[in-house]
This record gives sequence, structure tokens and C-alpha cells, in this order.
Amino acid sequence: MAETAAPATSYEKNLSLRISPAAQLRAAFETGSVRDVVELSEKAFLTMVGLRVNRDSDAGQRIAAVIGGLPAGCGSVSGSGDASVLWLGPEEFLVIAPTEAHESLGGGLIPSLREALGDGGGQVVDLSANRTTFELTGPRSRAVLEKGCALDLHPRALKAGTALSTEIGNIPVVLWKTGEETFRLFPRASFADFLGRWLLDAMREYASPEVP
Amino acid sequence: MLLISCPNCGSRDETEFHYGGQAHVPYPENPNELSDRQWAEFLFYRDNTKGAFAERWLHSTGCRQWFNMLRDTVTYEIQAVYPMGTPRPDAAGRVTPDTGTASTAADSTTTGNASPDISGTNASATAPSTSSFSTTAPEGATK
Ligand SMILES: [Zn+2]
Repeated sequence: MAETAAPATSYEKNLSLRISPAAQLRAAFETGSVRDVVELSEKAFLTMVGLRVNRDSDAGQRIAAVIGGLPAGCGSVSGSGDASVLWLGPEEFLVIAPTEAHESLGGGLIPSLREALGDGGGQVVDLSANRTTFELTGPRSRAVLEKGCALDLHPRALKAGTALSTEIGNIPVVLWKTGEETFRLFPRASFADFLGRWLLDAMREYASPEVP
Repeated sequence: MLLISCPNCGSRDETEFHYGGQAHVPYPENPNELSDRQWAEFLFYRDNTKGAFAERWLHSTGCRQWFNMLRDTVTYEIQAVYPMGTPRPDAAGRVTPDTGTASTAADSTTTGNASPDISGTNASATAPSTSSFSTTAPEGATK
């Protein structure tokens, strides 16, 4: 096999060379967003780390110390600084951190988690390419999600700062309510195109004047 | 559509779950000693109960954990939800000795203790009264 020369800039280090799972929808997201009503965008290449560890074990406590605590139960989110930890299961968590936190860009998050796990039982896995991130924001964002999500999304039931693994538009999605009118959706990369188009379709009616 | 009360997440739509077949089917202690017929019966033969049926479910789109459920196959009434590895509760809330699962220890990844939980179902009239197994569903997880 012929050896290929190392590229001057790698896909890992030069984000402009990378193609995010919903890159083909970037223009559609811009035209489909209705300013101050409901807006959709992709926050590409966030750092995501899958954690599997028992919270009460030594390794779990070491990891909690690094990341600012592990969430206790369904819906809860912990973390400190830029990194957040979402509860996915009793021993399964998802760390969401900014792009720069990734190892390939010099970030220390994943190595420090790996070190904290040590030889304890569990896993620290770089899942940054597993899912992409959609941000849906605006006063109508809840109405858009309610078209395809069976959870009670009313603010009296779903508080900001809650993250739930559920179904939206019939596909599995992690839904994180980050603000009163802002949601982050984490579909798997292969579902990003479908969910993006599904959301655009659900948003479309809010571009027209309301029928009295 | 069934509303199933996951022990970890609270009530969710049936579409978030996968069915795991009959519960309490013990893995043979010495599989090599079984005849072909006995092995086939372990693998494929299941009860076809009319009425209360103990079955396994997986919350595949949520917490990805298994649990047991007592469901009426005629009315679809969910009579109890209880952790893997714990004995089947009867309608009066008593537990009968487990006929065997691979593990007799309560699944360490399932929250709560061995008492069955029926919150989120409409079976409170026939509910086990000793339930101390509370769901830890947060606000927003139930509907
Ligand atoms: Zn669950």
C-alpha cells in the first residue's frame, strides 16, 4: 500500500475541512428560521464523551470530581464550567463540552476523564462524532416539538436544565431544555438530515401570519 | 398505545420500549445435559397465557434498562412493574418464590428495591400495598 503524505492540515485540526451531519441543511435552516418566533441551527462538532460508570464506585467518584458531579437520576444534568453531564441511564452519562475541549484540538477533558477512570470498572468513550446538536429557540419552539414528542413539554412539567432521552418525530433523540425557550436536540448523525427536515416542516406554519 | 411506567424514567409511550418475552425463564443449570427436545423447549416454548402474564421489557429509547412487568394479556392492564431478578408479585401483592432467572440478585443498575411499582398505571385498585419502590422520575419525565 502506497504511503500517503500527511496532509498539511488534518480534518481533525482544521474544522473548515470537516462536514457536519447536517451541513447540507445550513442554508435551509437559515431561510426556515423565523426571527424571534422559532429559529433552528446546527451547533456542529461539540465534544461528547460517553461515560459508563457506577456513581457510587471509587472510579465514579473520581470522575465526578473531574467533571463536577454525575447526575443522580432521569432528567438531571450536572457539570461545571463549560462541560455538562446528562443522565442517560443509571450507569450511563453523556458529557457535552465545547468543540475546543476535544483531544485533537488540545483539550484535556477526555484524557482527564480517562485518567480518573483508571482501571476502575466502566468506560470513557469519545462519542463526539456519534451525534450532532440542533438548537431550537424562540417562543414557538415548544409548539414545534410538541408535534412529534409525547413528553409533557409544558414549563410547569419540564423545567429548564432538564435533559431526557426520548423520541421526537419517531426517532430517538436526547432532548435538553437549556433555557425557557431554548432546546438542544441530539440526534444520531445518521438521523440528522431527517430530523432537520422534520423540524423545518414543523416550523413552517409559524412563518405565516396567524389565522385568527 | 400503552403508557408504560419505567422504573427509572416514569411513564413513557410504548414505542420507546422493546418487548423481551416471557419473564422468569431460567437458563438451564447444565445445558450440556439437556436433550434436544428439552433445549428446544427452553429456547422456543413459552406460555400463552390469557390473563396476567409476567414479561420482560427494555426501555430502549430511554435509560436502556430491562425490567419486568405483569400485564393482563386480555385487558392490557399493567398490574405491576418490578426489577429484573425479583420474584413475580401476584395480584394481591404477595410474592411467589422465583422460578428462576439467570441472576437472583436485584439488578444493580435498576434503582429502587425489590418491591413492585405500579405508579403511572391504572392498576392501583389491585396494587401491591407494600410498595416502597418509588420511581425517581423527574419533573417532565411523566405525562
Ligand atoms: Zn427508562
